[in-house]
Amino acid sequence: MQKLDYLKESPSQTAGPYVHIGCTPNFSGIEIYGEDLGAVMKTGPVQGEEITIKGTVYDGMGMALKDALIEIWQADAAGLFASANETRGQADPNFTGWGRSPGDMDTGEFTFETVKPGAVPCVDGRMQAPHISMWIVARGINIGLQTRIYFADEEEANAKDPLLTRLEHQNRVRTLLAKPEGDGVYRFNVHLQGPEETVFFDV
Amino acid sequence: MTDAAPMGGFIPRDRTWQPDALTPPYKTSVKRSPQAALISFPTTLSEETSPVFGHNMLGPLDNDLIHNFAKPGESAIGPRIIVYGRVLDENGRPVPGALVEFWQANAGGRYRHKKEGYLAPLDPNFGGCGRAITGEDGSYEFRTVQPGPYPWPNGMNDWRPAHIHFSIFGHGFAQRLITQMYFEGDPLIPLCPIVGVLKSQEAVDALTAPLDMHRTVPMDARAYKFDMVLRGRRQTYFENRPEGM
Repeated sequence: MQKLDYLKESPSQTAGPYVHIGCTPNFSGIEIYGEDLGAVMKTGPVQGEEITIKGTVYDGMGMALKDALIEIWQADAAGLFASANETRGQADPNFTGWGRSPGDMDTGEFTFETVKPGAVPCVDGRMQAPHISMWIVARGINIGLQTRIYFADEEEANAKDPLLTRLEHQNRVRTLLAKPEGDGVYRFNVHLQGPEETVFFDV
Repeated sequence: MTDAAPMGGFIPRDRTWQPDALTPPYKTSVKRSPQAALISFPTTLSEETSPVFGHNMLGPLDNDLIHNFAKPGESAIGPRIIVYGRVLDENGRPVPGALVEFWQANAGGRYRHKKEGYLAPLDPNFGGCGRAITGEDGSYEFRTVQPGPYPWPNGMNDWRPAHIHFSIFGHGFAQRLITQMYFEGDPLIPLCPIVGVLKSQEAVDALTAPLDMHRTVPMDARAYKFDMVLRGRRQTYFENRPEGM
């Protein structure tokens, strides 16, 4: 029999307790680069609704993680990505779509100053509800955790979302909803374990 | 896109090869591991796109940890090494323009971090981080000092083998990966509970960089080769459009 000569993906290892040295060195007091990558998502006046996403990552004992690195990736207000792989149009030139946060030094709370994303189609052309992709790494996490932020105030779109509607445990959908707190602030807490465990994806 | 065939979604991640979330010998994983099954779905544009990182964002010393934190005319202390390799995808194709970030302890095994308590001294000329963007052939290279092994609070007497952390950002958010590079011949590798989360010797070997005397610079620095593999995309002219997801 011939061999399928695919390579194996590199095995993941934990980001460890010092991921901030490598990915947000300025935050760690190591000033080599001008600024930490992903610290700013809006590089000028942006299109659409400007929002703030705040949240905390909790472990299975309800303790806030203070050594996590959280990244988000999303479309602009028109549903376009600032990516080389975007073929549907030109994304907002003042919006990177990518954010990276080490969390607050004392509380672990992350903050992203961003815009509310437009809807993006999935493979079969159906529209997905507005969402933001999130990736979480930290000490004790052997392989990065992927989840999505949806918006509690997008009820109509959420009710038709191809992914949300196929979750067997519909009572877990709420773990994927960012809740509006007024003034454009949305809260999205992440629970790694426990009764409120966030839905994580293998995507 | 130079590929002959159109690109499909990303090849599913092989969870039988990648480490599990819950690995009790690595104690911190116990309360930081999700217990519900992951929900699987095919990648969408949200996972098949990623930001673009240009070579122009790099400073001249970003890939030189021996000098990028050192005072002018000085350099970091420790065995001088070059780490080089390529970022490929599962199809064996180079991944150009990938952002590769790396961080490590100094030659004594001490990190420059306020939460670090190991008694080994800081090196005033060593910051411990660097970055590079892969070339057209997926290649990257940096210069550093070989990090030292260090003890860590887990079991009563656990030591990390010498290692360098890597973060890799390819062409899709689904490819996002963090891993660690170990050094050929380190006797601490088989003893480490974090290495121990890997499921096979083949996986350990995939993260162990061999000494490469061909790339070593005589009277200057030894070289270690470390290739990394990101998820690949399916290539097909017959992309199906299923009714459901």
